[in-house]
Amino acid sequence: MDRAELEENVLSLIEELCGDGVVWDEQDIDLFSEGLFDSLIAIEFLVEIEERFGVFIAPTEVEREEMNTPRKIVDRIQERL
Amino acid sequence: MSFYTDPAFFVIAAVLAVPAVMLGLLARHCRYYSLVASVIMLAFLLGSDLRETATLLGCLALCFGLTQGVLKLFQKEARHRVRLFRVALALMVCPLLAVKVCGLFGDNLFGFVGVSYLTFKTVQVLIEVRDGLIRHVSLLDYLSFLLFFPVFVSGPITRSRDYVGQMNDALTRDGYVQLLAEGILWMLRGVMYTFVLASFFEWLMWFAPASIVGSSWQCEALRQLSYAFAYGLYLFFDFAGYSFMAMGFGAFFGIRVPLNFNAPFRSIDIKDFWNRWHITLSFWLRDFVFMRMMRSVMKHKLFASRTTGACLGYLVEMTLMGAWHGLTPSYLLYGVYHGVLLASCELFQKTGLYKRNRRKRWFKLASWAITMIAVFFGFSLFSGQVVSVILGGR
Repeated sequence: MDRAELEENVLSLIEELCGDGVVWDEQDIDLFSEGLFDSLIAIEFLVEIEERFGVFIAPTEVEREEMNTPRKIVDRIQERL
Repeated sequence: MSFYTDPAFFVIAAVLAVPAVMLGLLARHCRYYSLVASVIMLAFLLGSDLRETATLLGCLALCFGLTQGVLKLFQKEARHRVRLFRVALALMVCPLLAVKVCGLFGDNLFGFVGVSYLTFKTVQVLIEVRDGLIRHVSLLDYLSFLLFFPVFVSGPITRSRDYVGQMNDALTRDGYVQLLAEGILWMLRGVMYTFVLASFFEWLMWFAPASIVGSSWQCEALRQLSYAFAYGLYLFFDFAGYSFMAMGFGAFFGIRVPLNFNAPFRSIDIKDFWNRWHITLSFWLRDFVFMRMMRSVMKHKLFASRTTGACLGYLVEMTLMGAWHGLTPSYLLYGVYHGVLLASCELFQKTGLYKRNRRKRWFKLASWAITMIAVFFGFSLFSGQVVSVILGGR
């Protein structure tokens, strides 16, 4: 899976979970401080990426600041693919 | 000698901090020295209590053994490793469980100061070993992390990878000087909170109700209210002050101890409150209880809706929090109460009313006021005030 394809899949997953399409336009938006993500959505997100991309990230593996924007999320998944 | 209250504590800790500060200014870590200092402090803490000392040592040996065992199981990808991990986890919380149950009968047979906080730390290491985030545990680092005296008795709850990482990272002189300066400020703030403000509110807890005379029910209500208000502020300044002093001492030893309180009385909803009040506890519960529970709930699709699962999750998480404080009716009620509040908050934030208005000024103000009332009522549950009023005494 190349970066563009991964990006598209991840962004649509984020949109699906938080119900807001803003992530397509602003890839550096802080999902937590904007209220798009909370710890509950975050954990569902981790479960989903494990199922869809086979990438396992433990809940305390990554600091929140390293995974709080769509761009950073794609980075973290790409590192593990 | 008890920590952070006896004058002797401050004198001895300050003397022990001197070599650490000197090492820091030479840009050197005090890896070994910090363990030595902690052992000396704990010797003063435990005093001549051989039973407590033996329990602590036994507990450390048990936890280290279990951690090494689980580490081996996962390195070898042994069969039944997950099941054995669960057994190890259960054994690890046994001492705490024994203390809490004995506490119910006013018995302190298995207890030692700091057992609650120690358990948080040993469990964190064990779970992260299972997750594959920790691949090596040296006895020295393990002891240094668990016994680090500034946070030994009542937190903030540090995390092992953060602690060991800080201890092993290259230290620069400038970096240390910066940390030291911050540490001195934290220390001053902590002293101010604990010895000035908390003392004032502690006095107010008795003075305010006593100054309201009259036997009508309004007077009685006012007495109860003033007590609850003063108690809430006392609790905050006492605990936050202590936590800031712990951050101060941590900094002297080159460790940035995580923040435990971040202006909790500015919380605009109850979720916000738990991100600001006793932060290291609520984040620990979030990371090691709530998120893991939610993870398995979602994986096995136990509930049709995410919200139902979350509400139940909050209830379990907070009840556990209450039980951890103690198995008395007041603490258990306090836990269940906050579970219900968080679940209600979760449900409310799904409504159109919330989504339409959440950014409006009046809404935030109303939300803040309601949160504060709920929070102070929670404190009066915690203090036992509510239960004793219900039982008809004071």
